[in-house]
Amino acid sequence: MAAIEMKNIVKKYGDGYPAVNDVSIDVADGEFVILVGPSGCGKSTLLRMIVGLEDITSGDMLIDGERVNDLAPRDRNLSMVFQNYALYPHLTVYENIAFPLRLAKLDSKEIDEKVREASRTLDLDEHLDRKPANLSGGQRQRVAMGRAIVRDAKAFLFDEPLSNLDAKLRGQMRTEISRLQKRLGITTVYVTHDQTEAMTLGDRVAVMKKGVLQQLASPRELYEQPANLFVAGFIGSPPMNFLPATVEGDQITLPFGTFPLPADKAERTAGKGLLMAGIRPEHFEDAAVQADVDEARTFDAHIDVREWLGDQQYAYVPYDAEPEVQDQLRELAREADSDSLRTQLVVSLDSASQVREDDEAKLSIDTDKIHIFDPSTGENLTVGL
Amino acid sequence: MRNDTLSRIGTAVGLILILVWCLLPVAWIISLSFKSQEAVTNGSPGFFPSSGGGAGWQNYVDVVKDDQFRQAIFNSIGICLIATLLSVVIATLTAYAVARLEFKGKKFVLTTALVIAMFPVVSLVGPLFDMWRTLGIYDTWIGLIIPYMSFTLPLAIWTLSAFFREIPWEMEQAAQVDGATAWQAFRRVIVPLAAPGVFTAAILTFFFAWNDFVFGISLTSTERARPIPAALSFFVGDDPFNRPASLLAAGAVVATVPIVLLVLFFQRKIVAGLTAGAVKG
Repeated sequence: MAAIEMKNIVKKYGDGYPAVNDVSIDVADGEFVILVGPSGCGKSTLLRMIVGLEDITSGDMLIDGERVNDLAPRDRNLSMVFQNYALYPHLTVYENIAFPLRLAKLDSKEIDEKVREASRTLDLDEHLDRKPANLSGGQRQRVAMGRAIVRDAKAFLFDEPLSNLDAKLRGQMRTEISRLQKRLGITTVYVTHDQTEAMTLGDRVAVMKKGVLQQLASPRELYEQPANLFVAGFIGSPPMNFLPATVEGDQITLPFGTFPLPADKAERTAGKGLLMAGIRPEHFEDAAVQADVDEARTFDAHIDVREWLGDQQYAYVPYDAEPEVQDQLRELAREADSDSLRTQLVVSLDSASQVREDDEAKLSIDTDKIHIFDPSTGENLTVGL
Repeated sequence: MRNDTLSRIGTAVGLILILVWCLLPVAWIISLSFKSQEAVTNGSPGFFPSSGGGAGWQNYVDVVKDDQFRQAIFNSIGICLIATLLSVVIATLTAYAVARLEFKGKKFVLTTALVIAMFPVVSLVGPLFDMWRTLGIYDTWIGLIIPYMSFTLPLAIWTLSAFFREIPWEMEQAAQVDGATAWQAFRRVIVPLAAPGVFTAAILTFFFAWNDFVFGISLTSTERARPIPAALSFFVGDDPFNRPASLLAAGAVVATVPIVLLVLFFQRKIVAGLTAGAVKG
């Protein structure tokens, strides 16, 4: 067990492009840290630099206070679960798990003990004599984890371990990994592009974009206090709605109308011209199902599409925006690996709501929870409020 | 339904035609090897020996009793095994470097290897004969092992590097993270995974060496190093104008047996799809 410190880590490839640019992250002993971001953001590269499969261009990588930049992977004593598991196909499950121990030249009695213990933990007892080719995806995943936990590594590294599993299994394995990590209390760094995994597993989550660390915070803080437009758009599903906004006095003007804004938010944003307002889908509601509605915070909307999910429902409300705003929204969506074809509002409504498709509805908006961003820098102007 | 039966019959007929085409000479050699020398000289056109013309196992007994022949078999097996072993070991290491490492002159190595493979064997016999005499390795095992090795290496390198490229990088990285040195990762993970390729390369090399005649006859002068194909051509008996055809046939059959055994043995080893299940496929 160990703390991992990354200090101003830079990775430049041959063409000079920085895949990881000046990233500093401290992972405390026993902490579960997630690296998340869209594809190509450098998260996997960073992980591979921790384990030593990738050279570090500049910066310091410290494990347990010791600088490991120049150590070979086998001298770092970390264990890693690869995206495609990388099981040894010519060895049985037992030998796969025993492989690191055999390399460490343990005697066979000790090896047997440890392998059996790992296999018991991961429920692999009945598969020990099988070859990886005959296992299902979830079982292979568990073998890969068995190989990681069988020796006393200083930390676990996971490189998108669940991305090859189907949705149901992914959910199960997610809980399994979380439980295992808590039980073993071992420092873990976990790479994923899936923000649900990031939010549910991590003690802290590092959001990366194009090699640059955007925000390092607890899942709750990321969700409630995103540092910038990118984090706000990346975290949350369905994603946060971004609307062009102007603030005058304590009134905010959105494409649907003008609404009162809390004084502290208004103070920081008033008179700054065109801004970008971010509102999560759940901060809208159908006024018809609410007990006491503040009339000033309602607007009439044309419901285009409605998706009923049982416990809640999503409604889509198209709106017109100026071309430059549209361009920026499109850019944002592209950075977060998603695609928005039209400017529309996604609102999450109570399942009791009776709104109908292609009909008018009266929606309320919770402006207390609104985030306001500077569209040029992307910075969240209302952070901490 | 009718089409199904038709195509099945067609396949069967085709297979039989090909088998007859390929195996008729072999069958004829075997038939010849069981006829007595007199029967062959007098003309024995049937496939099975005519009555009184059969020799039973006598030809084989004679062949095996012959010292020259025994020595030739021993030479062939020894030379071919050593050449194969060396060639496969060198090719495995080279192919691994070619497939995995970036180094200057990689293209050069590959191209040179290919050029060597394309070189006509006959054109090298003269120079080699001269060189080997000067170096004192004419008519020795090593004098045959070297050319066999150099001519089979290119093919072995190309075959094996294709196999190595198929093995996912992650295998090796996983081994390194698990605590293996580069050499351990190579020996314990990569080589076992490339086993089908290694066996393929070994068989090809062995075939080439075993079947070679040109080097065998030009670079040897006595039974010290003469391999079977060359020895068979010296197997003329007492009368040079009346070759012992049935004895030769028996010798040819004996020379073929090791190759057949080898193929049957290694066929089980050459199993494609060994890597299935290593990674999500």
